[in-house]
Amino acid sequence: MTEPIYTGVDDLRRIARELLEAGDVRVIIGWEHARRGARPVFVSDPAETDKLIFDTRCVHNLVTYLNPRRDAVAEFGKIGLVVKGCDVKAVAGLLREAQLTRDDVVLIGVRCGGVLEENELPAALALTPENVAPRCYGCDNREPTLTDHLVGEPQPEPPRPVMTIDERVAVLDGQPLEERWAFWTDQFSKCVRCYACRQVCPLCICERCIVEKTQPQWIESSSHPRGNFSWNITRAVHLAGRCVDCGECERFCPVGIPLSLLNRKLQHIVRDRYEYTVSDDPENAAPIGDYRLDDQQEFIK
Amino acid sequence: MTADFEPRITAFVCNWCTYTGADLAGTSRLHMASNVRIIRLPCTGRIDPLFIIKAFERGADGVIVSGCHPADCHYTSGNYHARRRFAVFHDIMGFVGVDPRRMTFSWVSASEGAKWKDVVDQAVSNVRELGPFEAYRALAPEAVEAETVGSPGAEVTP
Repeated sequence: MTEPIYTGVDDLRRIARELLEAGDVRVIIGWEHARRGARPVFVSDPAETDKLIFDTRCVHNLVTYLNPRRDAVAEFGKIGLVVKGCDVKAVAGLLREAQLTRDDVVLIGVRCGGVLEENELPAALALTPENVAPRCYGCDNREPTLTDHLVGEPQPEPPRPVMTIDERVAVLDGQPLEERWAFWTDQFSKCVRCYACRQVCPLCICERCIVEKTQPQWIESSSHPRGNFSWNITRAVHLAGRCVDCGECERFCPVGIPLSLLNRKLQHIVRDRYEYTVSDDPENAAPIGDYRLDDQQEFIK
Repeated sequence: MTADFEPRITAFVCNWCTYTGADLAGTSRLHMASNVRIIRLPCTGRIDPLFIIKAFERGADGVIVSGCHPADCHYTSGNYHARRRFAVFHDIMGFVGVDPRRMTFSWVSASEGAKWKDVVDQAVSNVRELGPFEAYRALAPEAVEAETVGSPGAEVTP
């Protein structure tokens, strides 16, 4: 068992204990150290708050537990949630879409200096360009907002990964159509339709997903390239302007489809067309579902 | 590309402007390509990008999406919402390698029968140039199976 080195962890445990003891929340959702590395943990006993950790292995976006689809979590009652700066964007997304009441959750923010790509490690590692989660590069939420409590000292800037997501998108953008088609259909053909990408997503909030509708069946549900293409495009488009780039879909994908490239491309599209960047401000209206009279329409005859 | 290739094009049009415009093109006896099958919907705002994917799945070589000009929407803002949705869809389909010329977006009002004719002729000629959308048909389960079994010339029903 490796001792956490994160400076705010004592504060984190103290705040969690106080919240539980005072009955302000029924459960704290954070991270713990387990046999296979860091993993999410639900703590409802104040005596067990010493389990809580925070280090570079805490890659998970725990806001997925606030997704209204997860009614089993809601049954706990009021939740205390440990969030990194980037995770707050997902909270803002749920607030923006009226899927969450701010008073239903207590947010404990942790100042984060980036996380690893891989969380199943016996001990936390220092970040290097080889092991850092690519999404951490250029993080614009170093200081968590919207939080009720904030722990930890300001952290150093995460290192630049060997290849950033933007660079990988640019490589694809530079290829001819046929090569892009070959790349993506090859990637999508690996899909086994486990829907892990949907299940883990904090913002895939539909009670009944379009892919599960059978009359009419819009998306073929068996795993073959045509249905996989429909599914992956539809999932991406449904998150256009909503995706917070937490990268959980790609991390959870058992066959390694680079979904973050699709998601990042969609972010570029809404940025270039609608000057929209996904933020931690719930008042900032999402681009789809909104419009301006003078929106670009160069692609329309 | 085969010499006798006739593109199959699905058009998703709004009831109030483009459908009426297409009707006008018909009653005006305008000659235009006959490759387009029209599907009438209440509004462009009703057109889910999934409709376009489904059209390609069912064997369309190209699609047209058309509705009321901005500011003319029967439901005030349906076309504005659709414009954003299709901008995003248009760009992301390009990113995954679908030639944007297979997807035609246009505003055609009820009085623009002649414009509808132009849109149709242009879309048909674009798709004729690109040829059948074989790449998409190759994704079909039957096609993949035929490829694995190695039976050349297996008929692929879209």
